[in-house]
Amino acid sequence: MQNRRVVVTGTGVISAIGKNTAEFWKSVVECRSGIGPYDSPFADQIRFKNGADVKNFDATASIAKGDLDLMDRFAQFAVLAAKEAVHQSGVQFNEENSYRTAVICGTSIGGVHAQEQSYYDLYRENKTRVHPLSIPKTMPNGAASNISMQMGIRGPVYAISTACASSNHAIGNAFWLIRSGVCDQAIAGGSETPFTYTFLKAWEAIRVVAPDTCRPFSKTRQGMILGEGAGMLMLETLKSAQQRGATILGEIIGFGMTSDASHITKPDQLGAERAMSVALKDAAILPEQIDYINAHGTATLVNDTMEIAAVRSVFGAHASQLAISSTKSLHGHALGATSSLEAVATVMALKEGILPPTANFEEKDETCDLDVVPNASRRRNIHFALSNAFAFGGLNAVLAFKKWEGS
Amino acid sequence: MSEAIFEKVAALLASKKGVNRELVTIESSFEELGLDSLDSIELIADLEEEFKVTIPNTELQNIKTIRNAVDGLAKAING
Repeated sequence: MQNRRVVVTGTGVISAIGKNTAEFWKSVVECRSGIGPYDSPFADQIRFKNGADVKNFDATASIAKGDLDLMDRFAQFAVLAAKEAVHQSGVQFNEENSYRTAVICGTSIGGVHAQEQSYYDLYRENKTRVHPLSIPKTMPNGAASNISMQMGIRGPVYAISTACASSNHAIGNAFWLIRSGVCDQAIAGGSETPFTYTFLKAWEAIRVVAPDTCRPFSKTRQGMILGEGAGMLMLETLKSAQQRGATILGEIIGFGMTSDASHITKPDQLGAERAMSVALKDAAILPEQIDYINAHGTATLVNDTMEIAAVRSVFGAHASQLAISSTKSLHGHALGATSSLEAVATVMALKEGILPPTANFEEKDETCDLDVVPNASRRRNIHFALSNAFAFGGLNAVLAFKKWEGS
Repeated sequence: MSEAIFEKVAALLASKKGVNRELVTIESSFEELGLDSLDSIELIADLEEEFKVTIPNTELQNIKTIRNAVDGLAKAING
């Protein structure tokens, strides 16, 4: 059977820089970073003070109270982002199509707020019981399952957990399910809400969080900044989108994944290179056709130098022609959700012909000397783009996108 | 003080990482001792706990030898 083309007909976002796609994209274009002091009752006990958390989140207008009680914060984020993506696409789920639709959600850690509350109640408060819904709220598939329940989707529904590459793996899996004919439609992306005391302490302990802000590719970079959020894409076959008369936002054309098999936290350049090469091959395009890369770009010393070296290796002389930026400087590193936010930014970049910026850039680093679109977005009509994700555990996932140009 | 810190570093390397005490000198690099970045983060965390101090992240990335670790701790202790 011939491969089917897969298009994006809806996007949804919850993030520190916008609680829907329009707000999110406006912040990207205006280079307005959402990084600042995070809200936590324990903030005074954490060494790093800044994050990109979602302020004043309230799902009560969109999700019924009884349903909301079943969901941890990460599932609420996911459901809202999914609703936005589905609404934009105009898809109506019914008896016929619901079995041919997938929901695949990335998350690194799942419902940690519910889990933390259980620990607090038992260890600190000496209670003898925890909340009766602690299990369904904590489970990492909580986001995917609640989306399926809210929307009446009955096809393949599952969670993917590959740390900071979770969402790219989720979107890539959905892309392949549709392309190969297993499904016709999918909601795919990720969600993460990591601002709990124990998790913040864990990030403090591993010593990669910057004291001030996220400065990818800058010589002055001092590490990552944690973010939270959710991003969802509504994917379907080109045929289905055209039959419905839907507005097509972009096309996914390739997916590549590799693993380093070397070190639990230190990325391996070869693994990153191969993931990009596999994605290009899967997309059946040449490296020279890529105009833009949404980088993994965590702003750790090691990642950014490794990533630029990998890009130079894969793209050769063309590396100097393409643009590569890290939108983590705007929405923070939302771990299992981060590449879903970056996928939305990449789709919008292709659609609008605007290169997303790398915010907070201060000083050129010789090891990161490519066009990183520093501190301001830029108009450029781009046709093909990659979005990179290189996770702890040595897991790499790269998506290839194409601008939708009417055919 | 530095001598006491050095002894603690060597003892921790032996007990936690199985590094032969005889091989550890003030000039040893972590790499020579077979330690990677995660080993050094664990070592520094143990030392911080032992001496009840905190070494800033910005200084941590420059700690690549036993002498760096001893100096970094001494600086943190002396405040």
